[in-house]
Amino acid sequence: MDGNLLMLIYVFVLAMFVGFELITKVPPTLHTPLMSGSNAISGITIVGALISAGLEQFTISTILGLVAVIFATINVVGGYLVTDRMLKMFKKK
Amino acid sequence: MDTLIKISYLVASTFFIFGIRYLASPKTARRGNLLSAIGMLIAIVVTLFDKHVLTFEWIIIGIVVGAAIGSVMAIKVPMTGMPQMVGLLNGFGGGASMLVALSEYYKIYLGTVKGTAFSTELTATIALSILIGAVTFTGSLIAFGKLQGIVTGRVVKYPGQHPLNLFLLLLVIAGGVYFSLNPDLEWLILSVAGISLVLGVLLVLPIGGADMPVAISLLNSYSGLAAASTGFVLQNEQLIVAGALVGASGIILTNIMCKGMNRSLMNVVLGGWESAGSTGPATQTIKGNVKAIEAEELAMLFDAAENIIIVPGYGMAVAQAQHAVRDLFNILESKGKNVRFAIHPVAGRMPGHMNVLLAEAQVPYDKLYAMEDINDDFPNTDIAFVIGANDVVNPAARHDKNSPIFGMPILNVDYAKTVVINKRSLNVGYAGIENELFFYPNALMFFGDAKEAVNKLVHELKNL
Repeated sequence: MDGNLLMLIYVFVLAMFVGFELITKVPPTLHTPLMSGSNAISGITIVGALISAGLEQFTISTILGLVAVIFATINVVGGYLVTDRMLKMFKKK
Repeated sequence: MDTLIKISYLVASTFFIFGIRYLASPKTARRGNLLSAIGMLIAIVVTLFDKHVLTFEWIIIGIVVGAAIGSVMAIKVPMTGMPQMVGLLNGFGGGASMLVALSEYYKIYLGTVKGTAFSTELTATIALSILIGAVTFTGSLIAFGKLQGIVTGRVVKYPGQHPLNLFLLLLVIAGGVYFSLNPDLEWLILSVAGISLVLGVLLVLPIGGADMPVAISLLNSYSGLAAASTGFVLQNEQLIVAGALVGASGIILTNIMCKGMNRSLMNVVLGGWESAGSTGPATQTIKGNVKAIEAEELAMLFDAAENIIIVPGYGMAVAQAQHAVRDLFNILESKGKNVRFAIHPVAGRMPGHMNVLLAEAQVPYDKLYAMEDINDDFPNTDIAFVIGANDVVNPAARHDKNSPIFGMPILNVDYAKTVVINKRSLNVGYAGIENELFFYPNALMFFGDAKEAVNKLVHELKNL
């Protein structure tokens, strides 16, 4: 196992801990927006998709990348918009 | 340039973290979501400057198509359809991760990008990414289908179900390991992808409607883990951090949902209440009389009450009764009553489902109480009004060791002076057991569709 992979695992584990700390503080009343909002964050795969779809040569990788860009964009745009739509409704008296 | 991109990814990750942090209060939550979206925008824009990104036409097409579909979905979806929407979005995230991993494979397999070669670590993470992404993709589509009513919402069981799933899982793992060592086997990775897609269908299909909060939370977690594993493929810290945050979020929600039902994750994933499967629904019959009440009489009862707690359940969502319930809340408040809502963690079809519906109807969120914050107040309550909830208020969970729901935390509505239950009929709840609460001396049944019944009650209250 090379050092780089180990470093990435390191980052992954620490980020999980940060996630646990942050999310336990989210009140139950916001659990649905939390899901849709975190969902939008998981659309970060778009970064990988963009690189695949933007390759110089057109190959099967480009096609897979294009579909991935569409999927991830739906995830990102739909996720953030719907979360905002929900959060807008939460009002105190 | 590479360094600048890496730094920008770090900035984007920070935005995500602050975004989630601001979700700790409804006051700052909207700003948090905006921060998170800005983080995403930063990540996308800097990626376009990556040295491998040389053609833009496909990217533009992809983004335009995706953004159009995504925004139409987000604007059109009714609040009652939110569980399906979240389910579907999970699926797109997982699907994208799978496709990116596959695309990476072909880049090297076909030699598209010069100077790259397979390493065991790379191929192993590709296989893992494809497995998680594919299961998330088809699993979420099935969850969507179930919530939308396209696929049966019942617990689906067939002989050999669990051995088959286990066999397929082992097959995928074995295939993935063999592929990692022999990356030239194109057919093998495609088979791994294919079987993983089937596995996603088979894993979610047996899960019943009321267990959907667990399934959706779990798929949410998978979509994050899929992104993180793709991050390992691409050696991209940004994907790993963002994916891990989402993965953690899903795990926590899954855990809360399982606790809310007093069931292990395994029990939910394997499908159905243990005893409901073996003994069939509603085998026991409780003897006793049920007292029904009509809207007019109930209005007088409410008029005389001081402290009122409303307990909404999935029935309220089905009947789209949230606006009627808001009217009831408003008229009772205007009469000077103390009205609060008690929300069980697994009420509805996803975490926080009831809260979103009531927020849509403009019920102030500070009137919505989580179970542990309000459960001790029922003895001082004049009326507990249960609307479309059943198993989560069944007192058998507290004392009947033979009940399949024994040990599940419930809302103690039976401790209130009077408990009024709105239901369409005396039918059993999801767990397939009768509810002894309906036969209690302090219980009154208010029959009818939730929306119509509550509207009638509001009408009578206005006429008093």
